[in-house]
Amino acid sequence: MTAKALRCFVGIVEREILRFLRQRSRFFASLVRPLVWLVIFGTGLRSMVDLSGVPPYGTTVTYDEYIVPGLVALVLLFNGMQIALSMVFDREMGSMKVLLVSPLPRWYLLTCRLMAGVIVALPQVYAFLACAWLWGVRPPMSGYLYVLPAVVLAGLMLGALGLLLSSLVEQLENFAGVMNFVIFPVFFASTALYPLSRLGEASAVLAEVARFNPFSHAVELVRFALYGRLDATALIATILMTVAAMALAVWRYDSGRILRRSLAAS
Amino acid sequence: MSALEIHDVSHKYRKPALRGVSFSIASGDFVLLLGLNGAGKTTLFSLIAGLLGLQQGSIRVLGQGLPGGRSAALAGCGFVFQQSALDLDLTVAQSLRYHAALHGLSRSDARARIEQELERFGLGSRLHDLVRSLSGGQRRRVEIARALLHRPRLLLLDEATVGLDVPSRRAILQRVRAQCVEEGATALWATHLMDEVEPGDRTIVLHEGRILDDRRDLLAASLPDYFARLASEEAAA
Repeated sequence: MTAKALRCFVGIVEREILRFLRQRSRFFASLVRPLVWLVIFGTGLRSMVDLSGVPPYGTTVTYDEYIVPGLVALVLLFNGMQIALSMVFDREMGSMKVLLVSPLPRWYLLTCRLMAGVIVALPQVYAFLACAWLWGVRPPMSGYLYVLPAVVLAGLMLGALGLLLSSLVEQLENFAGVMNFVIFPVFFASTALYPLSRLGEASAVLAEVARFNPFSHAVELVRFALYGRLDATALIATILMTVAAMALAVWRYDSGRILRRSLAAS
Repeated sequence: MSALEIHDVSHKYRKPALRGVSFSIASGDFVLLLGLNGAGKTTLFSLIAGLLGLQQGSIRVLGQGLPGGRSAALAGCGFVFQQSALDLDLTVAQSLRYHAALHGLSRSDARARIEQELERFGLGSRLHDLVRSLSGGQRRRVEIARALLHRPRLLLLDEATVGLDVPSRRAILQRVRAQCVEEGATALWATHLMDEVEPGDRTIVLHEGRILDDRRDLLAASLPDYFARLASEEAAA
């Protein structure tokens, strides 16, 4: 990597961190959502759901232990949507142009922007894991280290999907509706809240949807890593989805389609 | 050598925005692109910046053809867009440092140039203030200082003084003119304000996507009622 490209990366990351630090409520909001799930749903369903024998856990696992990896992925999902939202915001406010007229290649600029978004997500994930630890969900200590690359990769995939989404959403006002349309179906039709095997017993169709849902792969990647194991299928699926979503997002941004719409409207 | 060469450029959205536009600008020249709102100035700037794909014609920026030489061309260009493009929640220094990073400047170079440019624009004391706290004129000056940070050889300013009072407009315009003289930079200044044209300025008149006029004596010839005449000719046609 050349010195110029490295300085560009550092500059983009610094800007994202500064913006994040100025939006403290965003940090707390990102914690409240998964904590509500963990404390309320985790407690409510603990005695009702039988999860014995579900990998990578041993013979016994409580429901709140089971949903923690899914809630980590939920933090990353919201972060991915935040990346999309800030791209649409930058486009509407004009600051997107400053990024796009930089002399570095667009794919590199967008990759830097994606990585900056993931870096900002890391303290949110670890803060949630710390809260979960206080609540009694305590994976092996080594799991906190092993989960880091899984969180980064899952964050990249969900961020890349967010970038792609931002290239498809025309106006900031439409974004709240799009977020709800994306987040809740993606979250509920996944393995975040119930294992695939149990889902298949209730509905074969829903189980198939969850099996092919990219979010399920992010959840399983995090789940296995948190317990020191690797889910190879989830790893491959997450990498492929990241590359595909990023390639499409770069193509959309590079083709000038996005600014073309706003210029045509003016 | 020409700093900018536009040849037979046409572009359309639903309706044509540019129709067969051709002109070139010699290095070190200060040129005004005069046109009413909707004339096609912003579309032309977006094509030069590579923000829009070329549909027809060719553009060479600092000797680099677009889109192939986009990165090399952009390295030598400084842009001020019609729509303000500053992060309101960052300080002036943070905003400028971000731009310097996008152009690969080292921290020490960036710091020195930021201080130098802000001093030139009379904003040295506002370095650590939030952009949000600046007036419209000050924000515009920050944007021009930002465009100059990486020492561009070609400055492209799209309605850089829009919405400002007359003294602020004059001060900004004089600063950019001085930049061309002092640093040998080339500037294309797009405006719809006729009083920004000075005697001897080369002025390219863009109207409804076409170049109507391109000369240095526009002010003396017909500027006071130039667009009124255009309007009456169109009505008659």
